[in-house]
Amino acid sequence: MVPEAEFRSYYGRPVIKAPIWHEPHMPTYLYLGGLSGVSSMMAVVAGFTGHHRLARTTRVAAALGAAAGAGLLAAELGRPERFLNMLRVFKPTSPMSVGSWILAAQGGLSAVAASSELTGSLPVVGDAAVLATGVTGPLTATYTAVLVADTAVPAWHEAYRELPFLFAGSALASAGALGMLATPRAEAGPARAVAVLGAAMETVSGVVMERRLGQAAEPYRQGRAGRLMRSARALTAGGGLLAAVAGRSRTVTALSGLALTAGALCTRFGILAAGRASAADPKYTVVPQRQRLDGERPA
Amino acid sequence: MTERMGFFTDTSVCIGCKACEVACKEWNQLPDDGFVFEATSYDNTGQLGASTWRHVAFIEQTRTVRMKEDEGDSGVDRWLMSSDVCKHCTHAACLDVCPTGALFRTEFGTVVVQEDICNGCGYCVPACPFGVIDRREGDGRAWKCTMCYDRQRGGLEPACAKACPTDSIQFGPLDELRERAEDRLERLHADGRSEARLYGESPDDGVGGAGAFFLLLDEPEVYGLPPDPVVTTRDLPSMWRWAGAAALSVAGAVAVAFAGGFAGFRDGGRR
Repeated sequence: MVPEAEFRSYYGRPVIKAPIWHEPHMPTYLYLGGLSGVSSMMAVVAGFTGHHRLARTTRVAAALGAAAGAGLLAAELGRPERFLNMLRVFKPTSPMSVGSWILAAQGGLSAVAASSELTGSLPVVGDAAVLATGVTGPLTATYTAVLVADTAVPAWHEAYRELPFLFAGSALASAGALGMLATPRAEAGPARAVAVLGAAMETVSGVVMERRLGQAAEPYRQGRAGRLMRSARALTAGGGLLAAVAGRSRTVTALSGLALTAGALCTRFGILAAGRASAADPKYTVVPQRQRLDGERPA
Repeated sequence: MTERMGFFTDTSVCIGCKACEVACKEWNQLPDDGFVFEATSYDNTGQLGASTWRHVAFIEQTRTVRMKEDEGDSGVDRWLMSSDVCKHCTHAACLDVCPTGALFRTEFGTVVVQEDICNGCGYCVPACPFGVIDRREGDGRAWKCTMCYDRQRGGLEPACAKACPTDSIQFGPLDELRERAEDRLERLHADGRSEARLYGESPDDGVGGAGAFFLLLDEPEVYGLPPDPVVTTRDLPSMWRWAGAAALSVAGAVAVAFAGGFAGFRDGGRR
């Protein structure tokens, strides 16, 4: 147990402002972005390896995920009618600017790929679009980790090394789960494998993150965020184990897919809750900064 | 660009009159932000926010000091008062992360939100290491101190500095203010007030120096200020490298999953 740190503050008030992003918009977008990104990557590989049914499912999932996610982002704005101001500039110093361009590309390309798949028209254009989402997809699934880490929120900023892998794992599990739920069992083998790999990556990176963060990991373990993160871990690990044997039964497939989806959602809601909690308590801002100052001071 | 302008807030002469809060509200026509009884000293303002661009903090301290040789120790109350404001950082996180370009750096070296461009994404809010900028409910946009950009354009000093009756808030070219602050600090130290220190004046700190800096009489966290703030974007290149590695691992994991490396997942679905 980490000993309770002593620190001074202004009447216990927070030093920084907590993220004002809403539930369910922001965490659901994180889920949908991950789902869309990895579904695109799966569509690319499914196309090359001749998994036609899986290619169709993932192309549609990628397009729907990106479109619904973009809608949630617009609804999240204080001035939704100014949504297009996001594409007014390209700013490398702003992960949200970079992310807006990534999402715009991912949304457009995945929509073309899905339309071509469903209507059968312009197959060459559809294939080219899906190939391009092989680049935008993995970026869509992981840039959101930079988005949250590039803030003064201690539980997020301090975790900038592990969060991309946690998000990547969660996204793999999300897309794998949907792929196995929406594709006939006999053709969903690779989706189950993606789900298993994602569950493993999410679980391992979550454990590593909490180990390394020390005091800054507390918000991930306590209160509502703690309950969400614990539920996420149980659902993800359980769903991942089930996915390994889900090829045998429809019931197991459904259980596994739903558990993984619920786990991924719990992870995203838990991340937001932990970020808010770490911003609300001045301890997480003041103590590490004070230690840094005192450490630098010659004794 | 003209000279970089700034605030030097010398809290050792602040009398807590809140004239700065009022002048700021009046000049900038800021709406009220709720009337709350905080039950902490004389501060019912609470903190800086979308509609509070100057905030006077009150800290009541009891410390024991020796009054005279024969009288022993007697408790003496000390009141710390400090008018907080946006720091107008050299490396400003709010400006860095703003995706629309609504936040910009003015010809005075200050950081200002353009209200006709801000779409209320809220990214600047958790990015600020000082908790200054916030989104105004009902309005939907982010707001903060402009160091009275309009008044400066008209050759006037900001409303808060103009209204301050003790010159606790001083406005001027930043270089000049830094020299003035050093002199003031030396004098206070010579008077035996060794607890006096400057906050935010050093260009070597985590935000590259603040355009609005302070002379404090206790540790920054006592005033609700972060003791060692660092602009979050300093680590951004490293963040992108980690995210890039994660993106590659996504591609790798999917490729492995389809490559059929897992015998148990073979499904005969290939046509």
